Amino acid sequence: MQKNLRWKLILILIFLGICTYFFVSPGEKGAPWFSRLNLGLDLKGGIHLVLQVVTDDALNQELRQDADRIAQEYRSRDIPFTSSRKGNGFAVEITGVDAARAGDARAYLEDTYGNKYELRSKSLEGKTDFVLALTSGYMRETRESTVRQALETIRRRVDALGVAEPTLQIYGGSGQEVDDQIIVELPGIDDPERIKGLIANTAQLKLVLVKKDQGGPFSSVESAITANGGVIPEDYEILLYREDRGEDSRVEYLVVNRTPVITGKDLKTARPSTDGNGAPAVSFFLNSDGAKLFALATEQHVGEQLAIVLDDQVRSAPVINERIEAEGIIQGRFTQQQASDLSLLLRSGALPASLVVLGERSVGASLGNDSIRSGIFASLIGFGLVILGMLIYYRQSGINAVICLIANTAILLGFMGMVGATLTLPGIAGIILTIGMAVDANILIFERIREELRSGKTVRAAVDSGFSKVLWTILDSNITTLLAAIFLFQFGTGPIRGFAITLFVGLIANIFTAIYLSHRIFEWVLGSRRIERLSI
Amino acid sequence: MELFKQTSINWLGKKWWFYGISAALLAIGIISYVARGGLNYGIDFTGGTIVFVKFQNAPDLDLLRETLKSPDSAPPLIQRFGQADDNTVQVRLQRLLEGGQTIESERERLVSSLARAFGSGQDTEGRIDFNNAGASQLADYLAERDPDGLRAQAKSALELDAHYRQVAGTLLDYRNKEADGLVGSLDELGKAGVSPAAVASLKQGFHAGPFAIKGLESIGAVVGSDLRRRATLAVLLAFGAMLVYIAFRFKPIYGVAAIFALFHDVAITLGLFALTQKEISLTVIAALLTLVGYSVNDTIVIFDRVRENLRLMRKESLFDILNLSINQTLSRTVMTSGFTFVAVFSLFLFGGEVLNGFSFALTVGIIIGSYSTIALAATIVEWWYRRYGQKTRRRTA
Repeated sequence: MQKNLRWKLILILIFLGICTYFFVSPGEKGAPWFSRLNLGLDLKGGIHLVLQVVTDDALNQELRQDADRIAQEYRSRDIPFTSSRKGNGFAVEITGVDAARAGDARAYLEDTYGNKYELRSKSLEGKTDFVLALTSGYMRETRESTVRQALETIRRRVDALGVAEPTLQIYGGSGQEVDDQIIVELPGIDDPERIKGLIANTAQLKLVLVKKDQGGPFSSVESAITANGGVIPEDYEILLYREDRGEDSRVEYLVVNRTPVITGKDLKTARPSTDGNGAPAVSFFLNSDGAKLFALATEQHVGEQLAIVLDDQVRSAPVINERIEAEGIIQGRFTQQQASDLSLLLRSGALPASLVVLGERSVGASLGNDSIRSGIFASLIGFGLVILGMLIYYRQSGINAVICLIANTAILLGFMGMVGATLTLPGIAGIILTIGMAVDANILIFERIREELRSGKTVRAAVDSGFSKVLWTILDSNITTLLAAIFLFQFGTGPIRGFAITLFVGLIANIFTAIYLSHRIFEWVLGSRRIERLSI
Repeated sequence: MELFKQTSINWLGKKWWFYGISAALLAIGIISYVARGGLNYGIDFTGGTIVFVKFQNAPDLDLLRETLKSPDSAPPLIQRFGQADDNTVQVRLQRLLEGGQTIESERERLVSSLARAFGSGQDTEGRIDFNNAGASQLADYLAERDPDGLRAQAKSALELDAHYRQVAGTLLDYRNKEADGLVGSLDELGKAGVSPAAVASLKQGFHAGPFAIKGLESIGAVVGSDLRRRATLAVLLAFGAMLVYIAFRFKPIYGVAAIFALFHDVAITLGLFALTQKEISLTVIAALLTLVGYSVNDTIVIFDRVRENLRLMRKESLFDILNLSINQTLSRTVMTSGFTFVAVFSLFLFGGEVLNGFSFALTVGIIIGSYSTIALAATIVEWWYRRYGQKTRRRTA
């Protein structure tokens, strides 16, 4: 028996050694000790953002594209119609289709878009109007995939920034039927403005031709419309042109082609560089398809202006001097930082929809420093007092309880270090509850052993029956709290989750140390020699 | 050492005392709730902005209040934060962001009005405030001046950039950690461990401003209401799970009694929050959950003893068995409550401002949680079997 027990204790020691290793040892070479433990924003400082993905953007863009495609298709099939455009709500409206060709028009719509849209039609005086409304299933799917894409893009950007241990998570909804909020947590960042710019910029790049005659620049939208004879042709749109010229920068408007020559999708890469005057700029390189399109367009339009548009704002509008193939440059009085940020954005791809910042929390590293200092100080005092009390009240058996408490904490922290979970202030609170329950388990056992001793049992029998009688008490109370921790983790957020994780792991460690480890230590002490009186 | 030998107190016989105490505590809570206009929810739940500002010298709070006042919102709540010699205040603007107004614009407005009132930003010689500068701002400035003479050594632009980025990082580390967020003068930076040339160059373009923003939280109203909904859902589901487990392990009425006691504990604690107008933040919610875990643990320990005693003693009434079980576990109850109370109370005393609401809830909760097991959970079970369970009572729970 005794030999068997020795092996068990050795195994437990090895296990505890491994746990200790995982939270004490440096994670990487050269890193400081304890660096495996990820500290949360509240302890380390950093930025926490709640972003809402405006999924309507993606739907609207798709509706506009489909409207354009339908128009092109009808033209190529010689089906006469008045207009095809995005209508009210999530629908495409096609008006004035010649009644004689309405059958063909309908057949095309049903074949191509039958799964995506609900088709309604209305005929009046030899003309037919169609309304294609997006089905709710398709809308839901698109919204979901838009949020996922946005998350991926943000992840690429954050990775490119080289932030350690970022947290990105899709989370609750804001009225839409899908979860459309994204939580971004970046510990150790103390430049929140720049980070927000990097994350929330849509970075939709397109290169469009400026209208050949009367393209601008104009000083206002009205003057642009007047110059074009009161109506901007359907294929064109007016965009804001803000060329940053430092002191004399002004806002202007350009009339540009709606259909882009090149979009961000045709981009191979982008990197910071300098323009002809040595000022920071961004060079971009097109993939082979993009290069072909670009070469063709620049060849045909030598002498015209090409607008470089970022997020629906013209950044610059140089004149095309010659045929250009795979390479271009974006100028605009950047600082070096801005140039490298913009090229990072272009490399990581555009967001599929715009983002709105719903919440922001930036904790300065020094504020985090304060809270970690006082939090650890208070915890150590509490821990010390509890240990002292146990040793005074339960004498040598108190040593057993203290070993269990330390083992419990080692397992908990070791697990946190091993899986890379993040320790937050509420997480420390979870540890405190765990330690409270561990103390309780030991007290339950000791009180029960005392009772058994009072009823006249021998030391060994009292210990064994004490453990077996409180087994289910400890299990019941720990399992109940474990269940609560699981639900809190599943449905809670941020701080509540941090609390639930440490509580969950701590309780499992508690069941092990209180029921198993403590009993083996008693056996070991009692087995080594005959003991008449137990110090308890 | 033993504090309690076998006690034989008639706990259940005092149940009207308990009910009276509970009713009084609940009444205090309800009256404070009504009189004080409800609970003081933090911006986690209401939306709004909190800024933590540290000043060089004790700030003029009236000037601060005047500066941040805005015609279209409630006056800002300004509180000292931390120790008196920290010169740190917490400014809370509780205004719900409206449609066009973004969190960014709110923040900018705050920072710029602070800068105007307390003379940060650029000083008369056009120098920038070091205490509110970011890493990239410093790095760009230094890279341009190149005080360490890297260009003369024919280093590439990339090396130059990396070097000054690191210098800027060291400087900010010093500011944030050693100097507690705010340097008194740029001469201090000599201690940060960067070259004297770099410090000299910085002094030409930067000055040590009178305050620093140590932290900022801005929560939109949408996030707040969503959070409240989620927190409620999580807690109710957790309660449900506990109810089912206890009902399954003991008897349904035991589960109901335990959950009833939990609601009682949470209600009384929230009542005290209404009375003291301490802020209910997400961390306080975590504390309420801790309290719930603690209280249910306590209840289960006593129920478990009742279950055991019901098996052993076939003749005694449930009334006597409940009393006996409470007395048998009394020593444990007092010891556990005592130890956890000590741990949590030290958190309340030394844990700092951030943990204050949290440890307050726990300190109260530990006392209420132990009390409610005896005063409510046990008496409810006894009442139920006396009223409905004459025949089933004797079966083991």
